[in-house]
Amino acid sequence: MCKTKTLGAVIPPYHSVQDLRMRYNVFSLIKNSFSGHKNWQPAWREPQPKSEYDIVIVGGGGHGLATAYYLAKEHGLTNVAVLEKGWLGSGNIGRNTTIIRSNYMLPGNNPFYEWSMKLWENLEQDFNFNAMVSQRGVLNLCHTDAQRDAFARRGNAMRIDGVDAELLDREQVREMYPFFDFENARFPIKGGLLQRRGGTVRHDAVAWGYARGADSRGVDIIQRCEVTGIHIENGKVVGVDTNKGFIRCKKLGLATAGNSSETAAMAGLKLPVESHVLQAFVSEGLKPYIDGVVTFGAGHFYVSQSDKGGLVFGGDIDGYNSYARRGNLPMVEHVVEAGVAMIPSIARVRVLRSWGGIMDMSMDGSPIIDKTPIQNLYLNTGWCYGGFKATPASGWCFAHTIARDEPHKLNAAYRLDRFRTGHMLDEKGQGATPNLH
Amino acid sequence: MLIPCPHCGTRPVEEFTFLGDASVTRPTTNDPSSMEQWYDYVYLRNNPRGRFDEYAHHSGGCRSWLVVTRNTETHEVYGAVTARDYTRAKGARA
Ligand SMILES: Cc1cc2nc3c(=O)[nH]c(=O)nc-3n(C[C@H](O)[C@H](O)[C@H](O)COP(=O)(O)OP(=O)(O)OC[C@H]3O[C@@H](n4cnc5c(N)ncnc54)[C@H](O)[C@@H]3O)c2cc1C
Ligand SMILES: [Zn+2]
Repeated sequence: MCKTKTLGAVIPPYHSVQDLRMRYNVFSLIKNSFSGHKNWQPAWREPQPKSEYDIVIVGGGGHGLATAYYLAKEHGLTNVAVLEKGWLGSGNIGRNTTIIRSNYMLPGNNPFYEWSMKLWENLEQDFNFNAMVSQRGVLNLCHTDAQRDAFARRGNAMRIDGVDAELLDREQVREMYPFFDFENARFPIKGGLLQRRGGTVRHDAVAWGYARGADSRGVDIIQRCEVTGIHIENGKVVGVDTNKGFIRCKKLGLATAGNSSETAAMAGLKLPVESHVLQAFVSEGLKPYIDGVVTFGAGHFYVSQSDKGGLVFGGDIDGYNSYARRGNLPMVEHVVEAGVAMIPSIARVRVLRSWGGIMDMSMDGSPIIDKTPIQNLYLNTGWCYGGFKATPASGWCFAHTIARDEPHKLNAAYRLDRFRTGHMLDEKGQGATPNLH
Repeated sequence: MLIPCPHCGTRPVEEFTFLGDASVTRPTTNDPSSMEQWYDYVYLRNNPRGRFDEYAHHSGGCRSWLVVTRNTETHEVYGAVTARDYTRAKGARA
């Protein structure tokens, strides 16, 4: 086995790698248009794995790639590999409905999600990639007085943490979306909680932007490389088995979302996580119609309109444990019913496609970004319905946790042992169940 | 997914409510020394890929509790028995 010293010399110095990449701007666009756009460079390399790295991240989804990016950018750690069993973006990062928001209530959650929002706001400049960050507003509808009270409380909690929140009455909502079913006999719309800074981001571009930014700083992104085993010696991680051979590492971070139970089990850990399938849908293209993100409050349905005109919508997880990236028809019907109750005019819109992703549902609806009982093994999981919006902060905090061997204060509440010690982060106050937000 | 209810015959999945892993055993004591067992029972999950025994309530049918054996990767349903029969068989195996 090679020692790091020899390997250190092999790593191209920071700049020579970065110089291979061209920056994206109006000048490079014009320059490339003269050669018919045939001379664009690939956005990242396709390296073979080295036999040893300082840090290996398992999972090339949004969180794994963002972690590698921030390890390189914030901590100067570039002898890093991201191992992805499929291709970049094949997991939930390429399957979600692209909503970002920071409208949480609990002190352990809100500062983290607000940090994520701040990182989103500057992300495209930061990694020089167009991720189509669109702060078009996220509106949660309420249908009962009790729900409005709960929204007032959450909105106030958000504002205490410096997050924007506006409680709208029925007429204010009507002004934004006059075609909603306000007088629905069972679910009349009474108002809503609006976060104007919430919105949508092009999900694939997030993976690509982080991948390119990490790669250009020297990180090896290795696709079609599945981790099949974790080697532990004297309570310390020493490397991983993969379909491309054994790779030695000093630190190992797991960011495998819906497959977290399987990768953690390779290190003998049993997690407070279940894997469930969540479906999403897109309609045929329509003229501009719904300009923000809206969620129904009387059933689980949410919708936004993509730049191509399709309505992007989704609802609940199917409700049974699953590793299949497809769901069943009853949930399709259920989601569409809720949608039509909120917006009767979509009843005649045709659905173009539907798909599913495997969600890492934690037992209190909140994530885990932490060290583990095994030295040098770090865990990032439990993202439930909402890990996309968390991508920047999750990568940022996970990188910090790995680099410093201790959590940042923003992810200090996302402990693995909180279920044992009773420090759950249960936004809904509902108790242990794997179907929370 | 179609579930073969021992009482009602083959019924569509939307008639059922799922409650997760049926193979775990609820601790029988509240003694403080059993906290680890409770922690494991309430929070931790094996979460297997493949064959899985799970509780299912036939909430839109006969309302009995069943244990369905299903593949979590393919959604293939292998069979269903009443929760009582499942527990008895488990007791017999133990
Ligand atoms: C339908 C749907 C809609 C959603 N909508 C939203 C939304 O609107 N807003 C929001 O905030 N969130 C949303 N989410 C949640 C969000 O997409 C996820 O929480 C988030 O993407 C998970 O983090 P990730 O990107 O790292 O996951 P993934 O992209 O799934 O990355 C994990 C990667 O690990 C890889 N991997 C697993 N095991 C191994 C192994 N053994 N070896 C190597 N690689 C391995 C996988 O192949 C995968 O690529 C949605 C999810 C779904 C499915
Ligand atoms: Zn029945």
